[in-house]
Amino acid sequence: MPFGATHNQMKMKYSSEAEYPDLTKHNNHMAKVLTPAMYEKLRSKETPSGFTVDDVIQTGVDNPGHPFIMTVGCVAGDEETYEVFKDLLDPIIEDRHGGYKPTDKHKTDLNSANLKGGDDLDPNYVLSSRVRTGRSVRGFCLPPHCSRGERRAVETLSIEALASLSGDLKGKYYALKNMTDAEQQQLIDDHFLFDKPVSPLLLASGMARDWPDARGIWHNDNKTFLVWVNEEDHLRVISMQKGGNMKEVFDRFCTGLTKIESLFKDRGHAFMWNEHLGYVLTCPSNLGTGLRAGVHVKLPHMSKNAKFEEVLKRMRLQKRGTGGVDTAAVGGVFDISNADRLGFSEVELVQMVVDGVRLLVDMEKRLEKGQSIDDIMPAQK
Amino acid sequence: MASTFTRLISGRNTAVLLASLGAGTVATGLLLSENSTLAAEAKKMLYPPSSDFPDLRKHNNCMAAALTPAIYARLRDQLTPNNWTLDQCIQTGVDNPGHPFIKTVGCVAGDEESYEVFAELFDPIIKDRHNGYDPKTMKHPTDLDSSKITNGVFDDNYVLSSRVRTGRSIRGLSLPPACSRAERREVERVVVTALAGLKGDLAGRYYSLGDMTDKEQQQLIDDHFLFDKPVSPLLTCAFMARDWPDARGIWHNNEKTFLIWVNEEDHTRVISMEKGGNMKRVFERFCRGLKQVEHLIQERGWEFMWNERLGYILTCPSNLGTGLRAGVHVRLPKLSKDSRFSKILDNLRLQKRGTGGVDTAATGDTFDISNNDRLGKSEVELVQLLVDGVNYLIECEKRLERGQEIKVPAPITQFRK
Repeated sequence: MPFGATHNQMKMKYSSEAEYPDLTKHNNHMAKVLTPAMYEKLRSKETPSGFTVDDVIQTGVDNPGHPFIMTVGCVAGDEETYEVFKDLLDPIIEDRHGGYKPTDKHKTDLNSANLKGGDDLDPNYVLSSRVRTGRSVRGFCLPPHCSRGERRAVETLSIEALASLSGDLKGKYYALKNMTDAEQQQLIDDHFLFDKPVSPLLLASGMARDWPDARGIWHNDNKTFLVWVNEEDHLRVISMQKGGNMKEVFDRFCTGLTKIESLFKDRGHAFMWNEHLGYVLTCPSNLGTGLRAGVHVKLPHMSKNAKFEEVLKRMRLQKRGTGGVDTAAVGGVFDISNADRLGFSEVELVQMVVDGVRLLVDMEKRLEKGQSIDDIMPAQK
Repeated sequence: MASTFTRLISGRNTAVLLASLGAGTVATGLLLSENSTLAAEAKKMLYPPSSDFPDLRKHNNCMAAALTPAIYARLRDQLTPNNWTLDQCIQTGVDNPGHPFIKTVGCVAGDEESYEVFAELFDPIIKDRHNGYDPKTMKHPTDLDSSKITNGVFDDNYVLSSRVRTGRSIRGLSLPPACSRAERREVERVVVTALAGLKGDLAGRYYSLGDMTDKEQQQLIDDHFLFDKPVSPLLTCAFMARDWPDARGIWHNNEKTFLIWVNEEDHTRVISMEKGGNMKRVFERFCRGLKQVEHLIQERGWEFMWNERLGYILTCPSNLGTGLRAGVHVRLPKLSKDSRFSKILDNLRLQKRGTGGVDTAATGDTFDISNNDRLGKSEVELVQLLVDGVNYLIECEKRLERGQEIKVPAPITQFRK
């Protein structure tokens, strides 16, 4: 939240005990980690742009969480948040990302030629394939903290860079606030339009301020490559198409991302990235690759099988309904994607999805014929 | 954590951007500085007020009508003593463009000083909202002497219930949009300690929202006393729901006729109410209770936010002055169907709402009728206006029952119409 530059100093008048949040009913990563002693140590700090520990944790204080789902409960306001508040964020990252240590290094690999297979998923079962990630532009504050001027600067830069894309990546930008009714309806029909956040997880962190100023959607003419500007992150980049050719989706994803990155560099900007955390995004859950590669796949038999969850766990996959996170599956069709984000490269994660979905489809075909799947149960990845 | 190498890279790229925008090497160096004060200075140079001015073209609220780029440029970098900024005052108005038929205020105060430091914006908003009241030249009268009210007992055949509410803020502590958790807890402590000193028909009990048992919660719901976490975006965009339900609660007396909300939209909201038409008694208890609470906090060295220009200081500019809404639930089956009903209310300086409160529709023939105005007239004046108005409405209803003619009354004078 963009409080005045010295608001934090005013709070120091009160003792740490008086300011420490009541987390007794809370169940999120932040609440597990933030002790009174840690709060006392961190409350006097702020990042160069003025983001404080209270700003980091506000969303986690306001949203105690769900008894079954463990949310993260904190956000970054700028790149330096991960450094200044590492005492808080490192243990959260370790817990959320499978034991990733403060000294670990993250590999980035956007060379889609390294993917084996992936063009061979059976389209009778795999209805659609999609890869998404996020990118932050270095030098600008992130959505919870940015001023209107900064957000507009990110939009202007993005429009310029995306306008330089050519070939099958050539496309058009639709600013949310200038959209005509016809354009809006088309974007809704294409399932591209994003709306103002309604989730209290996002609202409590200040990400919806000034909506819809400087927000927009860019997509290519073929509608297979899509960029969201200034929603939950500076940029969200999505490659998608019907059918099971994940290789083609990932090829386009890597080509597009690499091109966009170089277009930004031409204009004097890098993406936020470092050796330890990979790509830096607003939510700690999206660090590393920020990548979710997934398919919509028909698994009516497999999903009723007692071993379904175990197979997903061993393949490092997660299931969602086809409405996205927190929805239920409809008609035996599931959204299957990678569970990890950090500590594995992009190629490794997409490989896991490709191999895992191929196996799930094989199992589905076996079960259709009344055959057993015990002999093809995978080992834990 | 960023290595020295990546920090160097970031430095070079940002330097290129800043140079291309015309910022000199000094500004560049400052922006990359780890010293946040210097970085803030560099940011101001890099982002002039014009780059931050909100897009208000689709907006219809008092803030959007008053805020010009020139005013924004002068006020953007000002801070109140509690480090509250203009952007924080107006955030709710930027995020909520308003309704084509209802004009919302579109800004809030973070502390008492907001009304001074940002007077260039708040004064025209106050003038717009409060019938031309000019804080620069006018004084607001405070009068809590309930003995002055005449004809304050209504016909129970028509008036089902009577109620008076206002708000009070504790001087020296930031308001709900701005307060830290410690400040909010301090407000709770100051108020609850004072309320524990009330005696006789005002003796009562505090129910902290966070600590309530299920049984207590159900009782408060049944009594229509419980307030819930704000869902209106007008409030959530003004940062008022932070840390819910920490330091929020409800106090009421044993008779359930005097009720105080702690740390909801204001530090305190004070309500006196009862069934039936005895508005005089409701207002008497209101004034007595308010004065006793004020006395109890003064004993401990605290006071309410108040000044001659603006009266009682509350979070929303619409509640300045008296912050008072005095109202009744009244049955007006014949009058409400008369085409002159709205005009009569207008001229009497009254407003109608459904019995669910603001923005609800009336069910059947029962309306919530209350005073329109808050600032520029005293509490006694406003309650008397309500009393005279409701008596007039009931008289009209009775005349219509008897088949007699009714008249639209002459409009009550204001500073401007």
